[in-house]
Amino acid sequence: MRTFLTATALACATALPCVAESFQERTALCLTCHGESGQSENLEVPSLGAQPAPFVLIQLYLFREKQRRVEPMTQAAQGLTDDDLRQFSDFIAKLPAPKPPQGAPDAARIERGRALAQSHRCGFCHSPDFSGHDNIPRLAAQREDYLVKALREYKSNTRAGYDASMAEVTQPISDSEILDLAYFIARAP
Amino acid sequence: MTTICASTRRGLVLAATTTVIIAAWPAVAQQPAAQPAPTGPPPWAQGRPDAASSSPLAPIAPPPIPTAADKLPVDKLKVPNGFKIELYAAGVGNARTLRQGDKGTVFVGSRLLDKVYAIVEKDGKREVKTIYSGLYRPHGLAFKDGTLYIAELSRISKVEKIEDNLDNPPKPVVIYDDLPKDEAHGWKFLTIGPDDKLYFQVGAPCNICMPSPAHAQIRRINLDGTGAEVVARGVRQIVGMDWNPITKQLYFTENSRDWLSEDIPEDKLNRLTQPGKDNFGYPYCHQGNIADQEFGWGHSCDEFTKPLALLGPHSAPLGMRFYTGSMFPSEYRSAIFIARHGSWNRTKKVGGDIVVAKLNDDGTVKSIEPFMTGFIEDNNYVGRPADVVVLTDGSMLISDDFNGAVYRVTYGSARVGQ
Repeated sequence: MRTFLTATALACATALPCVAESFQERTALCLTCHGESGQSENLEVPSLGAQPAPFVLIQLYLFREKQRRVEPMTQAAQGLTDDDLRQFSDFIAKLPAPKPPQGAPDAARIERGRALAQSHRCGFCHSPDFSGHDNIPRLAAQREDYLVKALREYKSNTRAGYDASMAEVTQPISDSEILDLAYFIARAP
Repeated sequence: MTTICASTRRGLVLAATTTVIIAAWPAVAQQPAAQPAPTGPPPWAQGRPDAASSSPLAPIAPPPIPTAADKLPVDKLKVPNGFKIELYAAGVGNARTLRQGDKGTVFVGSRLLDKVYAIVEKDGKREVKTIYSGLYRPHGLAFKDGTLYIAELSRISKVEKIEDNLDNPPKPVVIYDDLPKDEAHGWKFLTIGPDDKLYFQVGAPCNICMPSPAHAQIRRINLDGTGAEVVARGVRQIVGMDWNPITKQLYFTENSRDWLSEDIPEDKLNRLTQPGKDNFGYPYCHQGNIADQEFGWGHSCDEFTKPLALLGPHSAPLGMRFYTGSMFPSEYRSAIFIARHGSWNRTKKVGGDIVVAKLNDDGTVKSIEPFMTGFIEDNNYVGRPADVVVLTDGSMLISDDFNGAVYRVTYGSARVGQ
């Protein structure tokens, strides 16, 4: 998998800055990593389908300005204009929402995750169905491994957020709770 | 009534949890990135009554990209007769704190972005330069004798002779970094007193909690970073301070706790009269006369320094400056202009304006009236004022962090620059 990730990283990093390409060609490269139809098939690469455009715009901006450092995204965003960022955000918001994994879930883990989501009020900002809105990302049916990664990064203050909310909310959440939360939210329809 | 009962019940649960947090504090404090662990929700949602769980009242994040000059709401903003408002600079992303240098440069700090800007006029043309990128929440700015002081989230730096080096600004030199690294209320406001010391706040790392001895206070340090001391306690978060030009006392706005109700507590205008002794009440007492349902037991609001004025519930008064210029009519001389950023924790938005507080001879507040309005349209923000500064010519600048713009207010026939 590591080899694959490196390969896709290289593909994105080397190809995206060719700004002469058409918008369609450039979005095809996004989808190479993030998945056709808004659903990522790659480890720790988020599904982007139906993410609110204002949220995507903030992330792309943070990548371009190197306030959020994730290769190859930081590199891919170099040279993009504000209008480019808006165009990509609108495009991504229109991709279909990802679907939760099939198969019968572990009911006990679902219940633990649901209780945690309730006590930490995830749905308060992210909407009760975790569909997100405005600057708040969609969480429903996001890749479980990506949710774990993001929560761990917020908790360890290694992901600089736009504002302070997530860094704070994750402080009292234990790693085993992060696993249950991610399990539950990844299976939200 | 139902809501109050619900929140009291919740308060009791929180009180039990808080005891544990305090006991654990020394261990927590040794981890630089750790917080005095709150119990779950983000800091702005702590203390939120369960009844409001379906409420859509979450903090409002501005777009990262500044609004184009021709899309700015300048025409929607209203000022009293005789005053004029015009665009001073667009393209100043997340513009927050404003300061003017000795040679006329306007410095602008930001909170959500990593930049400090300098607005300069050259050959009759105004230009916005990004003089620093890659800083961490560089919100606090102060200027004295050619030196710019920058307060990031957890360190304070200085840059000497900045105005001579705007095209190649030297790396800021850190003078003080003995500060908590909490994100919540971690951004700083910076001001220099008549005693030539830097004053700044360390906010409470939460909405409502028992702060550690290192939080919820105003500190001062010498201009070289030495001699740190606490001059006030019991402050939740400050985003604006200034010095009364007559009495030389420190005045500051304070943002009160959220989730108590739509209409209380109100945010405050405070005055420091006994440095080192004043305690403004947080977390025990709000707006000078409401005991906190959780932390207020065993305390009376009379133990604490009262606010000079109440500025509206959730209205988020941020930057404030005494009017020390001579362009505006005499009734504004030594009055305080206060930027109210506007509420999020309230169904019907309040604030989103500049108010002016006129004072009595003894420094108490005589009146508070609106000065600039129009930032709220159909209960939505078209812009949000964050700070004000009086320029040497007596005109006033206003930063709008939502649009990334700076506006200028003049009076009479004063010409507004290009």
